[in-house]
Amino acid sequence: MKLKNLSALFTFALLLGACSSGPSNHTQGIYMLIDTSGTYTKEVDKAQQVINYTLAKLQSNDTFVVASINTGSFSEKNIIAKMTLDDRPSKANQQKRLFKQNIDDYVTKIKSSSYTDISGGILQATDYLTEKDNGKKTIFIFSDLKEELKKGYVRDIPFNLKGVRVVALNVTKLKSDNIDPREYMDRVTLWSKKVESSGGSWLIINDLEHLNKILVQD
Amino acid sequence: MSLPPSMILIEGLPGLSLIIWFIIFSIGLYMMRTASHQAISAGSRMLYRIFRLTSRSIIQTKDRVKVRNKEVLIANAKEANEHMIEREFDRIENAVKKDLASYPALQHKISETITTIDEEYQKSAEIPPAPPGWVAAIEPIASIKSEGDPMVGNILTSIQNGLVKGQDKALAQYRQSSKKRHDILKRIAPKWRVVQKGLSEVDSRVKSILDRSKSIDRHMEDYENLVRAKDKGQHALSSSSLTQFFIAGFVLIIAIGGAMINFNLIARPMQEMVGGSNYMMGFKVSDIAALVIILVEISMGLFLMESLRITRLFPVIGALNDKIRFRMVIVSFVFLLLLASIEAGLAYMRELLSQDDAALMSSLTSSVTARVESSAAWITTASQMGMGFVLPFALTFIAIPLESFIHSFRTVFGVVVVAFLHFLAFLSRFTGSFILGFGKLLINLYDLVIFLPLWVESLIQGKKLSHIMPVLAKDKKEK
Repeated sequence: MKLKNLSALFTFALLLGACSSGPSNHTQGIYMLIDTSGTYTKEVDKAQQVINYTLAKLQSNDTFVVASINTGSFSEKNIIAKMTLDDRPSKANQQKRLFKQNIDDYVTKIKSSSYTDISGGILQATDYLTEKDNGKKTIFIFSDLKEELKKGYVRDIPFNLKGVRVVALNVTKLKSDNIDPREYMDRVTLWSKKVESSGGSWLIINDLEHLNKILVQD
Repeated sequence: MSLPPSMILIEGLPGLSLIIWFIIFSIGLYMMRTASHQAISAGSRMLYRIFRLTSRSIIQTKDRVKVRNKEVLIANAKEANEHMIEREFDRIENAVKKDLASYPALQHKISETITTIDEEYQKSAEIPPAPPGWVAAIEPIASIKSEGDPMVGNILTSIQNGLVKGQDKALAQYRQSSKKRHDILKRIAPKWRVVQKGLSEVDSRVKSILDRSKSIDRHMEDYENLVRAKDKGQHALSSSSLTQFFIAGFVLIIAIGGAMINFNLIARPMQEMVGGSNYMMGFKVSDIAALVIILVEISMGLFLMESLRITRLFPVIGALNDKIRFRMVIVSFVFLLLLASIEAGLAYMRELLSQDDAALMSSLTSSVTARVESSAAWITTASQMGMGFVLPFALTFIAIPLESFIHSFRTVFGVVVVAFLHFLAFLSRFTGSFILGFGKLLINLYDLVIFLPLWVESLIQGKKLSHIMPVLAKDKKEK
């Protein structure tokens, strides 16, 4: 009789377990790429604000990575800070504090790079986010979107951005854009086509107040 | 609007084609007139009968539901009345037990006092000592006149003195005896008061039992009315159920508000225990856990109320013997106390988490960490903890309105079902009558459409009649 009861309890527990969906379905993974090339380094303060805002919005089990875009961005070395938040809110808060500290340290010793390898950064981000099985995957590109590759770097590789949102933040206008705005428009169109043809969705947010829409948890 | 090409009979004259078609259709319809009329009439009558039958069956169902409602209502009222009578008997039993326990002592005291009074009274009735008997013997001697004889005078004086002394002594003795009797009577007075007090105590106890018996009489009368199934009583019961339903519903809504506050107090800190990102059937596990805790508290409250025999939702608990029931009261109360303590702890943790969140937000939004220490922060913490501790106990009392709600819901639901069935029966009857009328209207409309052949028919019939009528008149005349 007791054995029967125990088995019934076990079956019930199994059913409950089957009903429960893992944390991945409701979590989000954000990979933020920060352009550190040329004059765009000056915009790093804004990037810091975005990071802080994102940190404030993240929930338990969410993943957040911040990486730099420089001459060769397809590398783990470019990752400035990364974390997957703990299940417990108190522990998650500690992780957020530590993350912020890492970013603050990085900002103080940031170095400007000569080239801008955005594609490499996106490839690295896709690679990372695919590995982490988050329900919602987002790549933030904090850049003016002007890619300048060093000679010899091959980046005409198709991305695999299925189920990934790519959000370009703070896409500043260059001096040449002011002379001929078509350059800016072409740049933006090029990236949106690249992303959408790879199965991803494309969005531009220049007013950082609109970032809230992206980070609202499902 | 134009005719489709296939229907145009004469090229270029669609109007004429339309008229021809109309005539063809009219003739066709005229030819089918009788059959169509019969079909429409039979169809509408059939539907009318079906709807009438449906209506009748709904009314029968309604009557059955009504009877059932009546039974439920009476059963509920009977149960409530029995409950009341039982309570009254319990009270009488307690009163009798309490009073009769002290009654022998009281009776003993009263009879003892009465015996003492009797004895005292006997004592008080003692006859005072009579004056000495020689007084009567001496009196004739004392009345002899001395007539100047000094010796006789001396004897008489001494006799008189002796007599006076004797009288004084007797008087003194009499006074002393009277004083003694008065003292005895004085001692009796407080004892009388004791007897009076004892008797009034008996009187008040008997009176309280009599009052209770009057209350029982009243309940019994109600009960008898119910058994006799008097309509007046049933109407009163029905309206009382409705009132109970709304009052209990209102209190339950308030209780749900309390439960929601309780939920918000513990849902966030629950994330610390079961994790903040696990989902079950689309809901956060931490939320489910918080809800389960509240539901367990409510269940414990129900058991507590049931064990205390305040509510009667579970007859099994009510039927338990007093010893087990008492144990159940203690167990459910202890569980409730533990859960309330856990909630108070969680509420405290919630406050800590909120402070931590606020500090983090502050550090994220400004470069300098601003730390504002509020001296009144402890009030929030204490309030949250207090609410966390008190709310589970407050939720215990949900059991009372819940019981009323469930009992009155049966009646109210029955009344609603009866009203609905009544409406359905009316609708069915109405539809049946409408279809019958519509059938008649359809027959008339049919005739309206074929007015042309009908007109021709009436013309022909008119001619026939004008031929026949003189012949008929002639026949009549001849006859």
